[in-house]
Amino acid sequence: MHTIFGIPAPLLFGQLLLGLINGGFYALLSLGLAVIFGMLNIINFAHGALFMTGAFAAWGLLNYLGLPYWYALILSPLLIGLFGLVLERLFIRRLYGLDHLYGLLLTFGLALIIEGLFRNAFGSSGMPYQIPRSLSGAVNLGFMFLPLYRGWVVVVALVVSLATWAVIEKTRLGATLRAATENAALVQAFGINVPRLVALTYAGGVALAAFAGVLAAPIYSVNPNMGSNLIITVFAVVVIGGMGSILGSIVSGFGLGVIEGLTKVFYPQASDTVIFVVMAIVLLARPAGLFGKTA
Amino acid sequence: MRALDATPAAAPARSALGAPRAHVVAMGVMVLFVVLAPFILYPVFLMKVLTFALFATAFNLLLGYVGLLSFGHAAYFGMGAYVTAWSVKVLGLTPELGILLGGLTGAALGLVFGGIAIRRQGLYFAMITLALAQMVYFFCVEAPFTGGEDGIQQVPRGRLFGLIPLANDMVIYWVVAAVFVGGFLFLYRIVHSPFGQVVKAIRENEPRAISLGYRTDSYKLIAFVLSTFLAGIAGGTKSLVFGIATLTDVHWSMSGEVVLMTLVGGLGTVFGPALGALIVTAMENYLAPFGAWVTVTQGVIFVACVLAFRRGILGEIAARLKLDL
Amino acid sequence: MGITRRSILGGLALGGTGLALAPRPSWAQSSKKLRIGVLNDQSGPYRDVSGLNSVVCVKQAIADFGASAKGLEVEVLSADHQNKPDVGAAIARQWFDRDGVDMIIDVPTSSVALAVANVCREKNRVYINVGAGTAELTGSQCAPTTIHWAYDTWMLAHSTGGATVKTGGNKWFFIPADYVFGHDLERQTSQFVTEAGGKVLGHATYAFPGTTDFSSFLVQAQASGANVLGLANAGADTQNCIKQAHEFGLTQQARIAALLMFITDVHALGLETAQGLVLTESFYWDLNDKTRAFTARIKDKTPNNYPNMVQAGCYAGTLHYLKAVSALGVDRAKASGAEVVARMKATPTEDDCFGTCKIREDGRVLVPAYLFEVKKPSESKGPWDYYKLLVTTPGDQAFRPLAEGHCPLVKS
Repeated sequence: MHTIFGIPAPLLFGQLLLGLINGGFYALLSLGLAVIFGMLNIINFAHGALFMTGAFAAWGLLNYLGLPYWYALILSPLLIGLFGLVLERLFIRRLYGLDHLYGLLLTFGLALIIEGLFRNAFGSSGMPYQIPRSLSGAVNLGFMFLPLYRGWVVVVALVVSLATWAVIEKTRLGATLRAATENAALVQAFGINVPRLVALTYAGGVALAAFAGVLAAPIYSVNPNMGSNLIITVFAVVVIGGMGSILGSIVSGFGLGVIEGLTKVFYPQASDTVIFVVMAIVLLARPAGLFGKTA
Repeated sequence: MRALDATPAAAPARSALGAPRAHVVAMGVMVLFVVLAPFILYPVFLMKVLTFALFATAFNLLLGYVGLLSFGHAAYFGMGAYVTAWSVKVLGLTPELGILLGGLTGAALGLVFGGIAIRRQGLYFAMITLALAQMVYFFCVEAPFTGGEDGIQQVPRGRLFGLIPLANDMVIYWVVAAVFVGGFLFLYRIVHSPFGQVVKAIRENEPRAISLGYRTDSYKLIAFVLSTFLAGIAGGTKSLVFGIATLTDVHWSMSGEVVLMTLVGGLGTVFGPALGALIVTAMENYLAPFGAWVTVTQGVIFVACVLAFRRGILGEIAARLKLDL
Repeated sequence: MGITRRSILGGLALGGTGLALAPRPSWAQSSKKLRIGVLNDQSGPYRDVSGLNSVVCVKQAIADFGASAKGLEVEVLSADHQNKPDVGAAIARQWFDRDGVDMIIDVPTSSVALAVANVCREKNRVYINVGAGTAELTGSQCAPTTIHWAYDTWMLAHSTGGATVKTGGNKWFFIPADYVFGHDLERQTSQFVTEAGGKVLGHATYAFPGTTDFSSFLVQAQASGANVLGLANAGADTQNCIKQAHEFGLTQQARIAALLMFITDVHALGLETAQGLVLTESFYWDLNDKTRAFTARIKDKTPNNYPNMVQAGCYAGTLHYLKAVSALGVDRAKASGAEVVARMKATPTEDDCFGTCKIREDGRVLVPAYLFEVKKPSESKGPWDYYKLLVTTPGDQAFRPLAEGHCPLVKS
């Protein structure tokens, strides 16, 4: 059998593909973080908790209302997005113009509250959620056995990421948003309701997290701790891509997924740490991240 | 990074010692508390408070006075704890040497990491320190001497200077109290020295400090190493008190905890971080019976802290009273 | 003058906050009240495995014993150790020093379990561990104050590992969590597998905690050609592995041996995914009339979950402890934990959950080990009707032989 670095080539290709799929989750989550940071200048530490709420919303929609996966994919981000609007109105709004540290502390507090409440309500051992029938099964790619659902995840993550990028970089709405972050007063003077725009941005970022949550529900255990394990990694992904850079978070999300996947073959114990090694190297070589603008 | 809400300093009344009178009084109250508390409160809990108070005060030297947010201070605290525990248990060093070795480990690590990290500012500084600390965490998980998940357990408290046995809680309490008060006074002296003034100038306006001819990087690095030295001392002391050094001490959530203590107490205040350590530790301790509600309560307090007491509790009091605490 | 007064106020805030939190000084209490501390995970991954249901079971044991009718006053304390050994040890210390606790029970997570065992030995207080897996508690780290109840890694490896090889599962691939518990479980199971003539083809140790995606390891397992996937982990990690093994079609090629799995995990996965899994527990609510009666008594108080072996162990442990205390008298029981434990070892246990069992001199409770298979959805007749009993290993064969444990208490 053909081998690369002592690993059979088919296995290596398989791992690359799996890494890419995981990268899809990182990309979606870090995208939400990057949008919120880019537009609001807030580090949303509650992102992991909101990702978890998205997954739970999917579970709740199925269990209480009988609405299957496909409805959840739309409804859960909407619901959690609305919740995001409430959070923005009640808490986040008061942070604008303050140091990052306060945003970090407040959203960290929110994450603790949300996760704690879910733990009290649902326990910690998790909820069952099945892969939708139409996506169960797998295809044999020759070098590996690819579950259809994983293929769906990577495609959908890529499409949603690129669509978000296109909206922000290529549309009028996106242009207004970017202008509002540069100079809110001026945009306001043009008759645009900047606070509403900002609130909707937060809701949008949060909805992306919830969307990732629904995508994750069938393959990961739906439990209250599912987000807190992820947040610090996703945070690193955003930094590597360049804080606030949309394209950066997409590229580094997928890229780090692949790097992590390869680490799982060669030195699995370090798969958690490799992202931080990359982060340290990137920050030393390119202080503002791969795609960030140097301040 | 935008400027933090630093506590405004009113023209302070000075005592004969040259320190503002408010500081002398607050210091007196604090020492009185340290001396009297073990007769009322559970000494082991107090020792935990004191070690965290030292840790938070050391951390505050960086965040509050130099304006550097290190998000990896657990690495120095935790490695201090491991090295002290290991040297006392395996090498059979006396406790004071063990703690000193813990502090030196923190300082050595701080010298290397600080040297790398101070080339970056603001959030990027925070992220580099976090990345380096995560590597230390990984090292601690994998290295055989740390005992992995079990940690180093059954660390003997030993005899101070080889003479005084520390097994009794009240005896070791006075040692911990001395370490805390000593470390606190040391930090106080640094902050209020010419070195401290330069460091504060760097926080306020680094380009200006450079143009005045100060090598700001060296100043930052010295402050960093001092802070990590005391963090190592605090970690080492904690591992002796509890007879255990574990991964908890090097995990990133410990880095988060010390940020919280500092913010809750009052960033950039002299006494705030110690008060924050008392509050956060007391919260964890006295809320433990409420199980899962602890995290919810903590969350509520952090949110309230940001919304209502942004300067931290002592910072808020100081601002109301127009005092510099 | 004004400044001084104000600064005193400022300084007082520092001292005042501390003093306001001053607890009642209760170490002076010398009443005959017994205090039982339930120390477990109430907010993390093992919350449903132990948590508040363990507290309920301890209280049920006190009620079933008829403590108040016998003139015994018993108070139950509980706390969350967050799965951190230092937190667990600190709470234990505080309970003994300040709150006058006489016995600590449950304590899942091996690292915390060992730390608390050391504190209990030092303070001469009774320690009934139920929730943790490490066989060290009755091995090289055994103590005259420790009793280990429901299961341990050796028993799981022996029961699940041994039975799987016997029925043709002879090519193993392990996915262990990178900490002591995972390594122990893998090592002990590997030993049984090779002794029984099976082979270990490979393993992928993953970073713990923090790993949620196991697909990479599952694909490695697939490539190895193994016919058994040995999961040396617990809780959400095990669930994730099983979910994803289905997804990758690994279940067509290999069976899954979940080396530590509780009924609560099966419930979380759902029978659709969990069917066919083979696992070991020492208690199942639907085992016999007595276990059903026990479950009926506590079901109303544990609305979300049926009891598992850990919670049943908390019940049985408390009951046996109370019997020993009332035989010795409260004063003697409070004076020496080791004496209570010696008494507990001298008398066989008798309860609804585990029946009659012996406690060995190293502190091991010799409960029978049951190998279960998870039912198909079509076989399940009601809520929580999940297990089919395959094999029963009697208590005296289920655990590591005394001589192999190297417990210093055992004189050979």
